[in-house]
Amino acid sequence: MKKSLARWGWLFTGPTVAAFIIGFIVPFVLGVYLSFTEFRTVTRSTWVGLDNYAKLFGDEVFLHSLWYTAAFALVTTVLINVFAFAIAYMLVKNFRGKNIFRSVFFMPNLIGGIVLGYIWLLLLNGVLGMWARSITYDATYGFWGMVILMCWQQIGYMMVIYIAGLQSVPTELIEAAEMDGASKSRTLRSVIIPLVMPSITVCTFLTITNGFKMFDQNLALTNGAPSRLSELLALNIFNTFYGRTGFEGVGQAKAVIFLIIVAVIALVQNRFARSKEAAL
Amino acid sequence: MNDKVRRPWVWTVTFTVIALAYLYPIALVVINSFKGKVFIADNPFSLPSAESFVGWQNYIDGVQKTNLFASFGWSLVITIGSAVLILACTSMTAWWIVRMDNRYAKTLYTSFLFNLVVPFQMVMFTLSWLTDYLGLGNPVGLWIIYLGFGAGLAVFIFTGFVKGIPFEIEEAATIDGCGPVRTFFLIVLPVMKPAVITVAILEVMWLWNDYLLPYLTLDLKKYMTIPISVQYLKGGYGAVDMGAMMGVLVLAMIPVIVFYLFSQKHIIKGVVAGAVKG
Repeated sequence: MKKSLARWGWLFTGPTVAAFIIGFIVPFVLGVYLSFTEFRTVTRSTWVGLDNYAKLFGDEVFLHSLWYTAAFALVTTVLINVFAFAIAYMLVKNFRGKNIFRSVFFMPNLIGGIVLGYIWLLLLNGVLGMWARSITYDATYGFWGMVILMCWQQIGYMMVIYIAGLQSVPTELIEAAEMDGASKSRTLRSVIIPLVMPSITVCTFLTITNGFKMFDQNLALTNGAPSRLSELLALNIFNTFYGRTGFEGVGQAKAVIFLIIVAVIALVQNRFARSKEAAL
Repeated sequence: MNDKVRRPWVWTVTFTVIALAYLYPIALVVINSFKGKVFIADNPFSLPSAESFVGWQNYIDGVQKTNLFASFGWSLVITIGSAVLILACTSMTAWWIVRMDNRYAKTLYTSFLFNLVVPFQMVMFTLSWLTDYLGLGNPVGLWIIYLGFGAGLAVFIFTGFVKGIPFEIEEAATIDGCGPVRTFFLIVLPVMKPAVITVAILEVMWLWNDYLLPYLTLDLKKYMTIPISVQYLKGGYGAVDMGAMMGVLVLAMIPVIVFYLFSQKHIIKGVVAGAVKG
């Protein structure tokens, strides 16, 4: 069978690979190359070695956005997972309306980041307006504004994953723990949480990468104001490319750093998941 | 799980309150969409009064300023076209990768896995140049771009699923004289239906809401998508017309909410299945 399968390889892989080369491989390889050059357009570049990377360490706006993003990813990861787990834990119980509640919490996920950004712009500016402030008054306001938005959007998504995890916990195990005199919180800590660990790993990974990659909501809600202080990494890279000419190479170098950060997170999570599989 | 609770009605009441609070931001936008822009800026929390009520004016303004219905059409063309192309091509590729399992297949798989990790900012500048260079800056051209950039997740989920399909059925088909193409379309693809739904849901959620890729690659003088139109309303300088913005926001949410009401079960199943594999 493999022989005839090999003969049809062009049909099965051809279209995907062709598109993959156009949509990913070529732009990626060019992107890595251009991060070592100075360029205005892709076709006209001069090699400058590590100059672009060296410039990053002197770029205070970039360094600020780096820790601002790290803090944002950390805070949203913790908050989203705690709330999502708590809501999931309660919504697997049997009471009237639980399915409707699940639907409500999940819904914001389907609304795009740009639209979400403007929805929250109205609400947050309305609230802050009572003190004659706005979301762009201070980068701290922007930070917490985006945290609230992100929680509102993603709690439902993670909740759905936690519900699936919780439902797979065998009832006998919980009953056995109760029979042995374990308290509710003890059962949660020693029986339920270890068993839903795979869901926790997945959700943590998703929320942390979403936090690092967030762009649309940032663009719509604050657009980096005031004076680029509420710029997350993705928006900072975008503004480096398209804000003013002459910094395209620096933008590309930032993008490479961004990729490395995201890739390291992915590798760590992969290691985690693997080690757990081995334990089972 | 142990699912008994002592006073179920207390839970129902508590969660009703939380759920209503959760929906409040959306309700606020709907309420304000019927108010004049001065009144929105002044106090977004007031209900429309005889003085502030403007009827459908904000909707009319919003649609005229953004040409929203055209954007809706292009969003549909791009989302459906790309999703269909991604499903058709990557399901074939994934099956071939798993069944061939030679060096070429393994290299492909690793490349797709890598694609899954790379953030869009990494290729954003070069991709927008290449799209322009190849003349793909139109809705149909974007099908190809989306297939290329979005292949990773689809291939990943499909290969995970194919590994669980017993090989014997396909073997029997081959012995009966069925070639790979017919085997795939008549035997494998129907079995892959749950994975196809999962991938379809995840891709559609991404494609419909994606802002940056179409913004950087499409010829914006001719084509816009809904997220681009919403952002376009803000414009470069000056204050936003909050009235028109409210109208556009509501109109942008309606198709999504309708879609959600009709395919909620599949969406939630898709998200869970996608997460387990991710």
